[in-house]
Order: sequence, then C-alpha cells, then structure tokens
Amino acid sequence: MKDYISFLIYDLLKILAILVPVLIAVSMIVWVDRRVWGAVQLRKGPNVVGPFGLLQTIADALKYIFKEIIIPVRANKVIFILAPVVTMSLALVAWAVIPFSEKLVLADINVGVLYIFAVSSLGVYGIIMAGWSSNSKYPFLGALRSAAQMVSYEVSIGFVIINVLLCAGSLNLVTIVNAQKHVWYAIPLLPMFVVYFISALAETNRPPFDLPEAEAELVAGYQTEYSGMMYALFWLGEYANILLLCGLGSVLFLGGWLPPFDVYPLNAVPAPIWLILKILFLFFLFAMVKAIVPRYRYDQLMRLGWKVFLPFSLFWVILTSAFLYFFNLLPNTL
Amino acid sequence: MLLEYLQNYLSILIFLVIAIGLGFAFIIVNFICAPSHPDSEKLSPYECGFEPFSDSRMKFDVRFYLVAILFIIFDLEVAFLFPWAVTLSKIGALGFWSMMIFLSVLTVGFIYEWKSGALDWE
Repeated sequence: MKDYISFLIYDLLKILAILVPVLIAVSMIVWVDRRVWGAVQLRKGPNVVGPFGLLQTIADALKYIFKEIIIPVRANKVIFILAPVVTMSLALVAWAVIPFSEKLVLADINVGVLYIFAVSSLGVYGIIMAGWSSNSKYPFLGALRSAAQMVSYEVSIGFVIINVLLCAGSLNLVTIVNAQKHVWYAIPLLPMFVVYFISALAETNRPPFDLPEAEAELVAGYQTEYSGMMYALFWLGEYANILLLCGLGSVLFLGGWLPPFDVYPLNAVPAPIWLILKILFLFFLFAMVKAIVPRYRYDQLMRLGWKVFLPFSLFWVILTSAFLYFFNLLPNTL
Repeated sequence: MLLEYLQNYLSILIFLVIAIGLGFAFIIVNFICAPSHPDSEKLSPYECGFEPFSDSRMKFDVRFYLVAILFIIFDLEVAFLFPWAVTLSKIGALGFWSMMIFLSVLTVGFIYEWKSGALDWE
C-alpha cells in the first residue's frame, strides 16, 4: 500500500514537471510567434507587459478568465463545454511519451510513436464536437473543413513516420533517438522531413493552411460561438499541438536530445537543452511561414495533400524499404 | 512484472485525468469570475447580425464524406504498415514482397479514385 502511495506521489511530481514547463512554453511560443510576425512586418510586436513583453500571453489568459461565457441557446450544452477540454487535454497528454533525455521521459512505452499518432488523430474530435454542438452555420462549415484537412494530412504524416520506423526499427521514441547517433534522419530522409513539416502546418491549422479559421469567409471557423476561457482552451490546445509536432519532428528527424556533433563543448550541454533548442528552431520556421506565405485556396490544399504528398510519401516508403532491404541495412533491434 | 509493465500506462492515465481536470478547472474559474448578463440576442447563433434563416445543420458537400472514407482506408493501411516496418529485418523476403503486392493493389485503387475524380475539389 505504501508503495502505491509513494509511486503515485512520485508520478504526480513527474507529471507536474512536464505539464508546467509545457504550459509555460506554450505561453512563451505565442509571444515568440507574435514577435517574429511583428519583426517580419517591421513592427515591434508585444513589448509592454513584463520584460520584452514576455508576460503578454499570461495577461491575455487572465483577461479571458474575466470574460463572460456565452453558451448559445440552440447549442448541445454538454458537448459544447466538453469540446475545448477534449482539444486541450489531448494536446497535453501526448507529451507523456516525448523523451527529454535518455532517462527523462514520463512513460517510456514501447509503442510511443503509435501512441502519439493515435492521440493526435483523436484531436479532430474536439473540433468536430465544437462545430456540431454550436448549432450555427459558420462553426459547422469550419469544423467540416478543419476535419477534412486534418485527416488528409494525417495520412501523409503516417507514411512519413513509417519511413523513420524503417530506419530505426522501433516504435519507442528513446530507441529512435539513439538510432540517430551517427546521422540525424533529416539528412537521409530530407524530402520526408519537408513533407512532415508542411503536413504539420496543415495538421495544426497554421497559415498558410488556416482555412478553417479564414476570417474573411468563416468568421472564426469552429470557434465562432466560443468565448472566455473556453475559447482560450482551444487556443491553448492549438499551440500545445504545434509545440508537440515540433517536438515530434525534433525527435524523429533532428536527433531529439542529441548534440549535432559528439565533441566536447557541444556534448557537455545538458540533453534537454538540445531538445528545447531544436523545438524552438522548428517553431521559428513555423512562425516565419505564417509571416511570409499567403493563404492557400481549399481545393489547392486538398490537392496538395492527396495528389502530391500522399503518392510521394507512399513512394518514399517503398524506396526506403527496398533500399534498406536490398543493401542489408535494416536495423536489428528486436 | 505485469505491474511494472503497466506502470507507464498508468502514468499516462493519471496525466490524462490531470489534463482533463485542468481544463474543467479553467472553465469553472471562468464561470465564477466572469459576469453573466445573458439576453436573447447574445445567445442566438451568430449570423452576421440577422436572425438565422434555416437550420444550421444543413446539407453539405459529399466530398467531405468521401475524404473521411478515403482517410479510413489509408489510415488503416498506415496502421498495417507500422508492425511491418518494425519487423522487416525478421520477416525476410516473404514479408517484404507480400507488402509490396499489398501496396501495389492499394495503388491500383488509388489510381482508380484519382481517375474517377474523387480527389478533385472544384
């Protein structure tokens, strides 16, 4: 009995040690996003609240707490309230398997990649629930678009992940990172890394693929009827998801916590720092894309997903597996 | 032994409970702190300033449905590829070639969808 209690307390501490940094990181990357966006447009961006405006996001979140909650009369109330909670909690819970260093991982399960794939697929439920339960036109159309877009790019992300699995020979994220000791998979699988990056943009409804929220046509997409903290939860979930896909990208392609070269000053830096730097680098690219690329049209978006990325990544799976198979380079980890 | 194996999954479960609790906590704090002055205009569905014309759960383009069906097919295929990709070094020529045949059958279906216009958005 005592064992269970100590395990529980230890586990709770570990969860807090992931949850709190992720939440702080989310508020920080929102700030980074707005600053990068501002810098590209030769503006300052948020710079008033706190040093360099760092506390801007926290001030925004506090503001949301004091905003009135509006639940439309025609809405399905239970689903309406559940939808933002589902979106946010799914985006957070996927962090349980991301390894910050060889030992620093909450749940070192042997099907880590499959778990992340499953949780991020479930993310679409939050959006469908929001759009359907609002019982209003714009959220409904926004949710349809968003769901179709997310599932389309989910498929190509799946094929991209298969490529990494072929090279690493394991579904465990720690093993995948360790398999990149000699070369990061971004180098041999560079085309797949590009496909992953662009699919991740579409998966998280980021510009240039932010059609579900195209404010010129759909007001705010599936979030139209939401206000106050429930709106903020969607936004929190969205950024937690972006951060997660940056984290997954660093783990699968950029060697996770490994330093770029295993030489003295670089490998003395603590492992989690490298992971954080890589996530920041990927997020910087996300922010730059948002700032400089114009929005896609919906038919172009679907064509890119189904007619370009899907056949291309499928072809690359065949290519990678044939290459590894015929040159006897398959990993032997089982 | 089994318990140790399941411990990791228990951690995920606890994490999920905490994350859901956190979400509800935010909403409850919002309910307590925020003012509430509802009126019928505020609570009606948003439609650019006028009364909603018709039921909002209207007919929608069949292509969204088609995309969902295609997604199921391809996502199952991906799920099928996961164990294959991990064990490819063990299953040898038979495993490799049978998956190639499976993929080529799927490619034929994909080409058919493409030609019949299921992937076109006008």
